[in-house]
Amino acid sequence: MDIRFRLNGEDRAVDAGASQSLLSLLRDGLGLPGSKNACEQGECGSCTVVMDGRAVCSCLVLAADTDGADITTVEGLGDEDTLHAVQAALVDGGGVQCGFCTPGFVVAAAHLFESNPTPSTDEIREALSGNICRCTGYGGILRSLEGLAGR
Amino acid sequence: MEIDRPTDLATALEALRQAPDATLLAGGTDLMVEINFGHRRPEHVIALRRVNELQEVDGTIGAGVTWARLEEGPHRALAQAARTVGSPQIRAAGTIGGNLGTASPAGDGLPFLVALDAEIELRSAAGSRRLRWDEFLTGPKLTALQPGELIHSVVLPEEIPARQEFGKVGVRNAMVISAVMACVVRYEDGRTRVAVGSAGPTTLRMGRAEEMISAEADPSAAALSEFQRLVSEEVRPITDHRSTESYRRHAAGVIARRLLERCLR
Ligand SMILES: Cc1cc2nc3c(=O)[nH]c(=O)nc-3n(C[C@H](O)[C@H](O)[C@H](O)COP(=O)(O)OP(=O)(O)OC[C@H]3O[C@@H](n4cnc5c(N)ncnc54)[C@H](O)[C@@H]3O)c2cc1C
Ligand code: FES
Ligand code: FES
Repeated sequence: MDIRFRLNGEDRAVDAGASQSLLSLLRDGLGLPGSKNACEQGECGSCTVVMDGRAVCSCLVLAADTDGADITTVEGLGDEDTLHAVQAALVDGGGVQCGFCTPGFVVAAAHLFESNPTPSTDEIREALSGNICRCTGYGGILRSLEGLAGR
Repeated sequence: MEIDRPTDLATALEALRQAPDATLLAGGTDLMVEINFGHRRPEHVIALRRVNELQEVDGTIGAGVTWARLEEGPHRALAQAARTVGSPQIRAAGTIGGNLGTASPAGDGLPFLVALDAEIELRSAAGSRRLRWDEFLTGPKLTALQPGELIHSVVLPEEIPARQEFGKVGVRNAMVISAVMACVVRYEDGRTRVAVGSAGPTTLRMGRAEEMISAEADPSAAALSEFQRLVSEEVRPITDHRSTESYRRHAAGVIARRLLERCLR
């Protein structure tokens, strides 16, 4: 199925499979493995992307329904040379251990900071409540982002 | 798989007329889980998220309105319910129409609608019909929706009491399906309506508890206890992987009483 969308600032024409999720299209079809697949049922947030200004689980988006959408994945936020402010904060603050959950946290946190550069601790916790981390116990992630918020 | 992505209601209804058995897709937060796990392989999808007519929030509530928008109001108890759904990612995508379409007894949007005796407006290319909530919700995950129809909106009564509270009991705050939840509304003349979810095959109204407490202008502690007892007696919960029959029975009474106390403040 031919669809057109804007992906990380670039107009793309791609082929979406029947019943394929956006997550699968990104990872398997477009070579963008940054969005992680851990549950495929919306529970973990590791697949979070921003679509038309909303942070959503890409595993719960039907790829064929993304025609016309504007999508940002973790690959669109920063790279090894130019880290996004959220990525730099997590590196500096010890917010990363195995790293599997990190892209989802980065996208969700970047989305928060875009609309609210100085979120409260509660606002940070709330914005990240859809992301699960099995390593850090969340303390490192929270402190890193509080630092970025100037707290 | 075929997909239609209509941007207005007339086009959506025409697509549905041509393919009455097509699968309707809103936010995908229920449907995509079924697709990802191979429980459903739709041959034809009609995606509704671009249909403007389903986005109303004043007066009637359009089926396409997301939890994220309902969190902002205008209805206090519905906003409280919206606030408890899943996570920010789920609330950004999931819709009230999808909650009705799934018709789970654990649907957090349903108790508010049930307490207010809301009607569900269905549309097809042939016309429209309105069903009261108990005509629409026919069983666990079962509705009266017919092939060729879609859920257009929720129609609320004109009189909506300001005193309205929703509460949910689950194992944690975020990302949790209710073990039991309730909505209590109280009109100025004392009439009280109580709807409880996850405690029966569909969301249930607590008729006896309502009748008893509606007659109390200024409920005493004894009246509140009797109210709690009647709710615990009237629910029809089961034991499953989320909770037990006896815990749900107990929690339903406790949460209903607590919500009533908040309404009385
Ligand atoms: C991680 C996670 C957490 C969740 N937490 C909660 C929770 O706390 N509380 C809760 O209540 N739910 C929860 N859910 C379930 C789900 O998010 C809600 O039921 C949501 O409201 C579904 O809406 P949707 O727009 O995503 O529906 P979809 O998945 O798009 O559709 C659901 C069903 O409704 C039908 N449908 C959709 N729109 C229409 C329409 N206009 N007319 C007719 N049929 C239609 C579809 O065909 C489908 O059968 C959760 C889901 C996930 C994945
Ligand atoms: S993979 Fe999408 S939420 Fe877990
Ligand atoms: S760092 Fe390992 S899951 Fe979060």
